Amino acid sequence: MADKLQIALYWGAACGGCDVSVLDTNEFILDVAAVADIRLWPIAVDGKYKDLEAMEDGELDLAIFNGAVRNSENEHIAKLLRRKSKLMLAYGACAYMGGIPGLANLTTREKIFETAYLKNPSIEWGNGVVPQPESGINGKTIDLPRFYRRVYRLSSVVDVDYFLPGCPPQPDQVKGALLAVVKGELPPKGSVVGAFEHALCEDCPRTKNEKKIKQFYRPWQVACDPDTCLLEQGVLCAGVATRSGCGVRCPKSGIPCRGCYGPAAGVVDQGAKLASAIASIVDSKDPEEIEGILAGLPDFISFAYRYGVPASLLQRSYRQ
Amino acid sequence: MSFEPKIVGFLCNWCSYTGADLAGTSRIHYAPNVRIIRVMCTARIDPTFVLKALTDGADGVLICGCHPGDCHYSEGNYKMMRRYPLLKSILAEFGIEPARVRLEWVSASEGQRFADIVNDMTQRVRELGPSPVRTALVQDMAER
Repeated sequence: MADKLQIALYWGAACGGCDVSVLDTNEFILDVAAVADIRLWPIAVDGKYKDLEAMEDGELDLAIFNGAVRNSENEHIAKLLRRKSKLMLAYGACAYMGGIPGLANLTTREKIFETAYLKNPSIEWGNGVVPQPESGINGKTIDLPRFYRRVYRLSSVVDVDYFLPGCPPQPDQVKGALLAVVKGELPPKGSVVGAFEHALCEDCPRTKNEKKIKQFYRPWQVACDPDTCLLEQGVLCAGVATRSGCGVRCPKSGIPCRGCYGPAAGVVDQGAKLASAIASIVDSKDPEEIEGILAGLPDFISFAYRYGVPASLLQRSYRQ
Repeated sequence: MSFEPKIVGFLCNWCSYTGADLAGTSRIHYAPNVRIIRVMCTARIDPTFVLKALTDGADGVLICGCHPGDCHYSEGNYKMMRRYPLLKSILAEFGIEPARVRLEWVSASEGQRFADIVNDMTQRVRELGPSPVRTALVQDMAER
């Protein structure tokens, strides 16, 4: 046992897709099991928090953390894994940038509770029960994780060695990352692994000409030419500011890039860069017409920061 | 002590920076709150710069460029004209008050106009008070 690789997988605020993507490596997962002991993996393997707590510091070789940090439990386990593991991998868009749960940073905890527990049409009205960190029952106190005011990316909470982007990461990239650990061929700390430096457009097979847009369309409003750049056809595509590494799967299938691989190397704020690029192709010099064309982009912020509000410069809403 | 806003000003080299210079050489008195950064053209101003200024503690950001049609590079200021509405929509969603970020066209001969804009913006941002960004980010860390 001692010479086997010791690994743990954990999910924070996540949908479960990242865990499934690990299983998407198919029979490769059996090879992993042959060379590694999976000590904790809530979705697939038995293993309790107390087992993790009982480990020596640095006993694990690799901790793979998917999901964002939304509550005190996520943070507690992230810190525990960091202490017990030699390497920490932020796995998938949520751990890397906050991901879809990170969009919650554009609203408030109070509004979320109101929607989920108080005014949701599918729940029983009137009892007004909202989760409390502590509550008493039969003279005993029970507690729940504290729901934080906002969502954090993993690296805001613990020191992270590597980042593997994607929603979810592509199975081949997952294999590559695991093999690198097995072989001990590790890139410099802080690297984004399983992806390239350049933007998606560089690998996109669609033909690119000059972009001049008079009207934007939602993907369902137009039948797009399969061989021409989607942006040139007025469909919002995040490829211009997004890191390549996914194999251009969405644009090859006729779907615009949603930006899940995060900002390309050198891009500080993916949303700001997208705003810059998208606005530049608007074909007008008249302020009113420009406003009109840009009005065809409802909820632009959810496009620009779909996977990365907590990783952006502003990180969250400041609305009072 | 009363609050004095810190405003970062991005001014294009050819018109607005020269306009600000004219305000100075004409001895026009105006609010000292704008810290000017000279850029070659407003097209150089990535929305990232504005967000970065706000994150690093600016209470407001002023962008000035050549009047439409007057750009030294013929079309640079139109790029800014197009980016501005999207930038504003992003800022609105982040809950940043609209008056904190402003785009104005100032020519090289409009020293008085530049001074008026700075005075007006300084007053508006002063009324809004300090930017909430840094305080809130520090509060977040304390909550955890």
